[in-house]
Amino acid sequence: MWENIKDFASTFFVTGDPLIYGADVSIVLSMVAIVFVLTKYKKWGWLWREWLTTVDHKRIGIMYLIASLLMLFRGGVDALLMRLQLAFPNVEFLNSDHYNAIFTTHGTIMILFMAMPMMFALFNMVVPLQLGARDVAYPFLNALSFWLFMLGAMLFNISFVIGGSPDAGWLSYPPLSQNEFSPGPGQNFYIWGIQISGIGSLATGINFIVTILKMRAPGMKLYKMPLFSWSVLSSCIMIIFAFPILTVTLALLFLDRFAGAHFFTMDGGGNPMMYLNLIWMWGHPEVYIVVVPAFGIFSEIVATFARKTIFGYKSMVWAMMVIAIASFFTWAHHFFTMGTSASVIAFFAISTMIIGIPTGVKVFNWLFTMYRGRISFQQPMLWTIAFIPCFVIGGATGVMLAVAPADYQYHNSYFLVAHFHQVLIGGVVFGYLAGIYYWWPKLFGFKLDEKLGKWGFWFWNIGFYVCFMPQYALGFMGMTRRYYTYGWDRGWADMNLVSTVGAFMMGIGFIFQVWQIAYSIKHGERDTTGDPWNGRTLEWSIPSPAPFYNFAVVPEVKEADDWWATKQAKANGTYKEQPAKLEPIHMPKNSGIPFIMANFWFLVGFGFTFGWVWMAVIGFIGVFACMWARSFQYDTDYYVPVEEVRRTEASLGRVV
Amino acid sequence: MAQHHDHGHGHDHDHHEEHEQLKVLGFWIFVVTDCVLFGTLFATYAVMMNSFAGGPTGQELFQLPGVIASTFILLTSSFTSGLAVLAMNKGNVKQLIAWLAVTGLLGLSFVVLEVTEFMHLMSEGATMATSGYWSAFYTLVGTHGLHVTLGLFWMTALIMQLKRRGISAVTRRKITNFSLYWHFLDVVWIFLFTVVYLMGVM
Repeated sequence: MWENIKDFASTFFVTGDPLIYGADVSIVLSMVAIVFVLTKYKKWGWLWREWLTTVDHKRIGIMYLIASLLMLFRGGVDALLMRLQLAFPNVEFLNSDHYNAIFTTHGTIMILFMAMPMMFALFNMVVPLQLGARDVAYPFLNALSFWLFMLGAMLFNISFVIGGSPDAGWLSYPPLSQNEFSPGPGQNFYIWGIQISGIGSLATGINFIVTILKMRAPGMKLYKMPLFSWSVLSSCIMIIFAFPILTVTLALLFLDRFAGAHFFTMDGGGNPMMYLNLIWMWGHPEVYIVVVPAFGIFSEIVATFARKTIFGYKSMVWAMMVIAIASFFTWAHHFFTMGTSASVIAFFAISTMIIGIPTGVKVFNWLFTMYRGRISFQQPMLWTIAFIPCFVIGGATGVMLAVAPADYQYHNSYFLVAHFHQVLIGGVVFGYLAGIYYWWPKLFGFKLDEKLGKWGFWFWNIGFYVCFMPQYALGFMGMTRRYYTYGWDRGWADMNLVSTVGAFMMGIGFIFQVWQIAYSIKHGERDTTGDPWNGRTLEWSIPSPAPFYNFAVVPEVKEADDWWATKQAKANGTYKEQPAKLEPIHMPKNSGIPFIMANFWFLVGFGFTFGWVWMAVIGFIGVFACMWARSFQYDTDYYVPVEEVRRTEASLGRVV
Repeated sequence: MAQHHDHGHGHDHDHHEEHEQLKVLGFWIFVVTDCVLFGTLFATYAVMMNSFAGGPTGQELFQLPGVIASTFILLTSSFTSGLAVLAMNKGNVKQLIAWLAVTGLLGLSFVVLEVTEFMHLMSEGATMATSGYWSAFYTLVGTHGLHVTLGLFWMTALIMQLKRRGISAVTRRKITNFSLYWHFLDVVWIFLFTVVYLMGVM
């Protein structure tokens, strides 16, 4: 009996590495600490009522934000471990298996469990407020999306202490990801972690499309809608076409591993290249899914901080829509070296370069908006200005990679690594950070400290170039990605050391930001006006933090940048005050079902990961029972009485 | 969210109606995503069409009479689900439930026929693990069958709700979405029948 338990535990838990034991201890300690604090301050009920069951888009946004920052930390630690290993030739810090696991989890976490939730955080925090809506179209589904993401992310993350991490790369190409070469549960964690959170992402895509198409305030024609909401629409259109492909691809890989199917195997008529095609049909749109909302954020920030209407509004909209469509026709550029015909390669090379055109239009529009504007260099604007040169360089190296004949040289070299980090950090991360700084006061009621933020900003920025510029050179010097070590004779030592220094500078930048948040909670400048940046769009017309029903009276929109126009009219004395009539507000009720259902999905994933079908069956029954129960719930909403709205507004300093 | 005062529901009918419309639009978009899902499976099937790896082919094993029967059964069920919606529009709950029940029975027979077919194929030595072709076959046809099965459970829940609550804005929206789903599965099956079975025995 004891032997059996010991046997089980030694395969179930990851053993043998002091780093992992350290992680085990810290996980157990932090869990104990959380349970202790919640119990001591009697906060379990609060946690359940206010957070776990909430359907309020702002709170869901905050939870996405917290989760994504934690994931940024985890993915960042992975990155630093890799850079330590590569800092000098012949380092024996990580062995090759461990290194493989770390670059796999780094990539997967940064895209799927950091960038995606940070994007959804911004969707949730901003879109309904910008549209003048009380909530998203389907608040219950929105909560379900969040919990599916969260439990999927947890499933993926526990792999490093239980069962073992996946180690077949962030997109898990077969045959390496098949049973034969990745026999352990790691690869199953990958499949199910992403599958579960992917269902949530798909639902979010549907949710925000309907929200944007149907829940805009009266008078807000599509062409009067703020550009961030347009970017969300573009991104969500890509989501609904791309994510089902991911769902199928992962399901097929799972069937190969679990049921002995032959989709991507080397024998039995399988075709591994089919996996590459399928995964990139999702994967390429995916990078545009995350970057287009960043474009939307920059458009809002540039207009606000240059005090000018955005230049070329309609061309901005069309550029985003063209990107959304074109993104589905570029996937094969990820494997020009596969050996298809010249005409196929030519098609994908040209379609890839075409993406540069709408992107260029956007960059020029931002620059023209700034031209002769009165720019104030507050934190959101700093990140925006840093983004432009960074993204232009990243875009240019992207076009270099799109030149198919030359790509035979760059393919899978550090040149590629530097390129995609430049567009993903310089574009996506800078964009989301800018957005977080910009909308933070609306959600929390205070600004983030400028001084600490500037330290963080400069460490991030200088660190970025120090880290990644050498990698372009390393690529030309013949260093390919995923090397876990190299010899002195290769001549790569200097550049690698410089790159590692840069990575740690970005790490320091992140620490400054965490410090900044902690400091600002107490000492940050309070936002009493609700409009700390002199903003242009509707979200700045309501108090900060926004009350749970968002708008006491649904605004009537007359112009693009309606709030700006209102403020101008007030200044000119041409504003006509309309008597506001308060009405009871229709709101959705909280529900525990999303949280419970996501936990059952977790059981499904965990069961299949270890091949415990009984557990997966229990999970499926649970999921099904939750859906059944929800179908029979008719009492899902309520009305906030006028008196309560009046009281809430008064407590926020507004008279209605 | 400090206090939740419950106000009863009588007093804002437009709001509810609007909200139900919203859910129909969302369901249409869901159907679009399901189209992409089936499209990917069809593409996979097309790639695997000749990957028999020395094993049995579809031409050798398919028994068209059974498949044609299930095709007609599913087409008829789509028609009866349409009749159910007509009954709903006339406000006749009893007829609505009756046509839904007929739709359900037809759907159930379709699933039973499919399971029988799968068992036959497996007894002939064509399983998921036989070759790329059969992997793609079972995944594509099985995903459709799973959709139909889920639809049956959904319909059961809806019939129970109709019995309790009759036709209201909410149940009307639910029936609308269900019938949309059911017709969609019918369309998918037409493609499936053509691409998998007819082209398979050609």
